[in-house]
Amino acid sequence: MLKRQIGLLTFFAAAALLAGCQTPEPTPEPSPPTDTRPISTPPPTPEPPPAFNDNMEPYVPGSTTELLPRVFYFELDKAVIDQADLAALELHARVLMDNPRRRVMIEGHCDERGTREYNLALGERRSDAVSSFLKAAGVPASRIETVSYGEERPEDPGHTEAAWSRNRRAVMIYR
Amino acid sequence: MMNRLHSIAQVVAGVAFMVAAAFCHGAESLDSIIIDAGYDQQTKIAVVPFRAGPEFGDLEPLSDIIGFDLARSGQFAPTERGNMLSFPAERAEVFFRDWRILGVEYLLVGRVAAEFNGDVSVSYELYDVTNERAMAEERLTAPAAKWRDLGHAIADVVFEAITGVRGAFATRILYVLAQNTGTDYARYRLEMADSDGARARTLLTSDEPIMSPSWSPDAQRAAYVTFETGRPVIALQNVATGERELLPHFPGINGSPIFSPDGRSLAVVLSRDGNPEIYLMNLADYRLRQITRHHGIDTEPSWTPDGRSLIFTSDRGGRPQIYQVELATNFVERLTFEGRYNARARLLPDGVHLVFVHRRDGVDHIAWQDLERNDLRVLTETALDESPSLAPNGTMLIYATQDQGRGILAVVSIDGGVKYRLPSSSGDVREPAWSPFIDGLKSAF
Repeated sequence: MLKRQIGLLTFFAAAALLAGCQTPEPTPEPSPPTDTRPISTPPPTPEPPPAFNDNMEPYVPGSTTELLPRVFYFELDKAVIDQADLAALELHARVLMDNPRRRVMIEGHCDERGTREYNLALGERRSDAVSSFLKAAGVPASRIETVSYGEERPEDPGHTEAAWSRNRRAVMIYR
Repeated sequence: MMNRLHSIAQVVAGVAFMVAAAFCHGAESLDSIIIDAGYDQQTKIAVVPFRAGPEFGDLEPLSDIIGFDLARSGQFAPTERGNMLSFPAERAEVFFRDWRILGVEYLLVGRVAAEFNGDVSVSYELYDVTNERAMAEERLTAPAAKWRDLGHAIADVVFEAITGVRGAFATRILYVLAQNTGTDYARYRLEMADSDGARARTLLTSDEPIMSPSWSPDAQRAAYVTFETGRPVIALQNVATGERELLPHFPGINGSPIFSPDGRSLAVVLSRDGNPEIYLMNLADYRLRQITRHHGIDTEPSWTPDGRSLIFTSDRGGRPQIYQVELATNFVERLTFEGRYNARARLLPDGVHLVFVHRRDGVDHIAWQDLERNDLRVLTETALDESPSLAPNGTMLIYATQDQGRGILAVVSIDGGVKYRLPSSSGDVREPAWSPFIDGLKSAF
């Protein structure tokens, strides 16, 4: 709508310029737009920025452009959160506490090395590690769910170190 | 919401499946077997094409089914048909010198006839060529649909008559076929096939993972883990009728179902208390008894043949190793010490030999350990080997491995001497479970 108005304005301006070339007479100045609002009204308070985009991906609190990472990676056979991920998880905890109607599902995953049922347990350790962090940061346990898929749902079905490192992960899914 | 709709749709589909898909013989999901290694000294046996009328012309010849069963045991070298000098179908037509010339030690002949009611009858005779002696003869009758079962049943008799070990050809395997993993169109199938990979049929199809299939001791039912509700849940399914039930389930993991030798209870892994522990579930009243109690991961239980103990995987020592717990006392004992990763063990019928996944130099292989002498032997050279499952006669094990980036099944003899592969062009095949002994001619499937 706004774009269209600008388009129209440009058109009229161009037309006026062309007209100006043809006729030396100055075009009458447009009358200033009439403002019907009483001058005393204060400006409306700004809406808080949305916490999520349309795909339920969380923004960094206060931002409407920067998305929070939702996938956190682990070392082989380990379920310890990487230090580098703590800041992002802290922000996830804030998103959850600022949005009390939102819940989160944390999926735990493994790479294909090792046995399947052991990996199911290891994947649970990974989703539990993220869940424990959020709870410690103040998110009520009732709003956190966890599920382990073990090695059954790889992000990358390849059999290389690179594929494996992408598959050892915990994924946060907002609801 | 979307998710809930999804799971309701799946439950509905599951119910429809019970009646519809129990005998769904789709395209074969396993290709022909490739034999990689056999013993040096193989017994020479001639399996003469069974005499049969033209009405049997379209069927896979019984002599092929029997000959191939014996060949893949690694212990037999069947004579090529083109080298045979005669094609006897009964004793009166047998000239032993025709077979001695070829170096043949044993001779199997037979004939097939159609019964009035549509059944098939097969008469066969097994001879010791050296001593010109009959070793077995029998007449079997079965519905025409049991054609391959007839072949496997005869192979079992021949194998036992010559080796003294009960044959396990007339058995089945369960396995999981995964297609399009790593995409939004992943599909998982629980399948059952003959032990040679033929006659595959789909027992369950799901968009969500299927794991850990195992057999009931009477081979009537399969237990497995299904994610169809969005979470791991244990299901029991009758492999003949398709009828199935989801067992009572708990928050967290519901996994590793494995029937007790008497079939009355199921060892399972539950993490309902926040930590994976092994429980026994009584199948009559679903009552639970907790067996392990440790803050480490305890999983992958299996039974000792006497049903008195479980062996299981635990990382209570810091790394996954195999332990044994005696059910009467809950006394726990560690069984493996060599290597930093030993998991998912199964005991041989002798109760003394253990097979399991063993990591060496970062690569997962199948290994074998004698619990009395504690010597460990690696049986496979491939990588990403897992899920070893023993043939009921304890001579071979089937496992999952990778071949050219694809999940396939492979078989190795317990002494490592015989190896064959069951490739698949349909997807990734894994988690094989070898059935107990089955009376293939009487079974309902």
